[in-house]
Amino acid sequence: MTAMPRRTFLAGAAAATAAAAVAPYVHAQKKGGTLKFVPHADLKILDPVWTTAYITRNHGYMIYDMLFAPDASIHMQPQMVDKFTASADKRKWSFTLRDGLKWHDGQPVTAEDCVLSIKRFAARDAVGQLMAKSLGKLAPVDKKTFVLELETPFGLVLECLGKGSASPCVMMPARVASTDPNEQIKDYTGSGPFKFVKDEWQPGNKVVYVANKDYVPRKETPSGGAGAKLVYVDRVEWRYIPDQATAAAALEAGEVDFWENPPVDFVPRLEKNAGLTVFATDPKGNLGTIRPNSLHPPFNNKKARQALLYMTSQQDYLQAVIGNPKYGKPCPSIFICGGPFETAAGAPKQDLEKAKQLLKESGYDGKPIVILDPTDSPFAHAPALVTAENLKKIGANVDIQAMDWSTMVARRAKKEPPAQGGWNIFHTWTTAFDIVNPAVNAFINSSGEKAWFGWPSSETMEKLRTEWVREPDQAKQKKLAEQIQLLAYDEVPHVSWGQFIAPSAFRKNVKGVLEFGATILWNIQV
Amino acid sequence: MLPLIIQRIVATIPVMGVVALTVFALLHLTPGDPAEIIAGDYATPQDVAKIRAALGLDKPLLTQAGIWMSHVLRGDLGTSIYSGLPVTTLIAQRIGPTVALTVLALVISVALAVPLGVWAAWRQGSWIDRAIMVFSVSGFSMPVFWLGFLLVWVFSIRLGALPVQGYQPLADGPWQFLRHLILPAATLSLIYMALIARMTRASMLSVLGEDYVRTAFAKGLSPRSVLLGHALKAASLPVVTIIGVGFALLIGGAVVTESVFALPGIGRLTVDAIVRRDYPVIQGVILIISGVYVLLNLFIDILYVFLDPRIRY
Repeated sequence: MTAMPRRTFLAGAAAATAAAAVAPYVHAQKKGGTLKFVPHADLKILDPVWTTAYITRNHGYMIYDMLFAPDASIHMQPQMVDKFTASADKRKWSFTLRDGLKWHDGQPVTAEDCVLSIKRFAARDAVGQLMAKSLGKLAPVDKKTFVLELETPFGLVLECLGKGSASPCVMMPARVASTDPNEQIKDYTGSGPFKFVKDEWQPGNKVVYVANKDYVPRKETPSGGAGAKLVYVDRVEWRYIPDQATAAAALEAGEVDFWENPPVDFVPRLEKNAGLTVFATDPKGNLGTIRPNSLHPPFNNKKARQALLYMTSQQDYLQAVIGNPKYGKPCPSIFICGGPFETAAGAPKQDLEKAKQLLKESGYDGKPIVILDPTDSPFAHAPALVTAENLKKIGANVDIQAMDWSTMVARRAKKEPPAQGGWNIFHTWTTAFDIVNPAVNAFINSSGEKAWFGWPSSETMEKLRTEWVREPDQAKQKKLAEQIQLLAYDEVPHVSWGQFIAPSAFRKNVKGVLEFGATILWNIQV
Repeated sequence: MLPLIIQRIVATIPVMGVVALTVFALLHLTPGDPAEIIAGDYATPQDVAKIRAALGLDKPLLTQAGIWMSHVLRGDLGTSIYSGLPVTTLIAQRIGPTVALTVLALVISVALAVPLGVWAAWRQGSWIDRAIMVFSVSGFSMPVFWLGFLLVWVFSIRLGALPVQGYQPLADGPWQFLRHLILPAATLSLIYMALIARMTRASMLSVLGEDYVRTAFAKGLSPRSVLLGHALKAASLPVVTIIGVGFALLIGGAVVTESVFALPGIGRLTVDAIVRRDYPVIQGVILIISGVYVLLNLFIDILYVFLDPRIRY
């Protein structure tokens, strides 16, 4: 097995970045043209608050704006907000909007619009719901200012308002934001740098955006989702091409400009093409996960989950799933390597003998361990095969059940025992944004039946997470995050199988692509 | 003839009803839950339950079937669970590329396969016959997606002569329209061509052995006149039948071809809907395709009367 040292991974990412030769802020401005972009999925749902689908999040970034936004280092920066103040105990906040903000219909953005947008977001989003629990008052003061007051401490106000990934806290006009959070919006008026052209939307084929000529960008240099959102192109067309070989051929033939997520096995071919650039827009990438079901034997026993942890070598998984060491590396941190809460605390090394022993001590009775295997998803199918082999090595019987992703999504929600349609293990992955701290990291939520699929239960974990959420001091937050990781490596609500990058590819005429955890298309020239 | 047409059209109604109910039952028996997919990874069971209720998926299956059927009878195929757009709008957006692709594939197939079949029969046992049959067997055996990629590699990547993917409506100009359809139609027509060529050859061989054909030759008629003017007309019934039956093949092939060439047609709409369990879209599209299939077979039945005046219904 080839070693994949971290240096190689970082060097690969850096090389890809350098090869792109893209200064984040492009001074030699070339205006006009159409950017033809191949997204990673088809845009079917247009409400970024209603669904957590990444494709809808990316659509949200096109047409909506946010009060705050994460920069390239995932630090929150003001975006629609001009000035803001916080009391010493961080319980009373005041926000004032900057001048010139307008909705796509020409009406000015008001504080009331923002208050209603935050309320709708907080009714659906997991972190938003945490903030809502602490919220005392959220109300407009005048046309441009609103206040937010907390009844109980909550250390993530800016992180919540500037939440970068699904679901981002996007601002909508009051008439739209007052839609029931459990219903989809039907009016797509935003205030972001692009306008959505509904008449040209063909689900399964094409989404069209035009530049919002009235958009007033900030003065700061663009960085991640923050800073100036400069629009150089007149029009952006998302062309959904479901077949990867066709997308590659279309990019090589110049029929499209930018392919968001080519599969890693296509990358060597694309890298050889002198007319193309392969670029890691999100250098932090994703973390792959093995998720055991804590409700049923054998993984309702901590020792069996620990056996899963000790049998795992991230390098084996990365070799099977990613293959190219430039785009994958082992990561001991459950909060992703390169993130603000990265730590190696408690991470064990693979030890098959210990894993065997732990499985035996767990009282495992030899019943088949049901692994859900969505064969149409490479990042879930390949790790499922590796896990099955590893389990056999430590003496388990395995029942690997092939299915499509949609079936897996429904099946993993079943709490019944595996023999009655339930399951023991499934595999998934998530972007850095969605695991970067203990509040957003759903894998470590250990609230039992209320937790994410797999339903781990640990009162200590929940206590530590609550403490973390309430802690406003970042140094103390970091210490708490380390304690949480130590506990996670003992309780094992999930096992990481490695960190990987999903690079993008675009033609050389495309300039100004920004690094960020979500694909954003402002600042680009063609 | 008119009473026949009316009688057959009326007979399609129960057929469509059975198709509709079967599709509905099969779909709802298939594992997968659109509410789970929509709700996303971090939704609570309560969120999923709310979405399920909003979509009407929490009602008993028979109630759901009854509601859907009553809407269908009023011409309402429902709305997509995901996009919220009416199914009729989605079908209207997608019907153009599929009709263009299948009609062009049909024209190419019939225009090439019938002469090839006639030629092979006329030269039975010669190298021409064998070459045509080898082509025919290869065409039938070649996977559509593989052939599609092969054509893209040669004509788009290596020669740069034709576009890789996409669709341009006829309104954008006939040349642009055709350029985008040549490769997909060629891909789709090959299997169909092979089928028709083999059937034409077999049918012609049987007719060429008839006494009246020998008489025609004895009268001194030219081979072209005998083959095309006499034998082909008599041999055309099984060929027309296979064209009709093969339409299902064409629709199946269109699903793959549209994916390979990124054509925004009905085939891709169906696949996308199946992957997401967008029940109203799947049900609506299959109902429409079944209707077209039934009507096409009616058309073929009527054509028989013109091709062979001895046929009476």
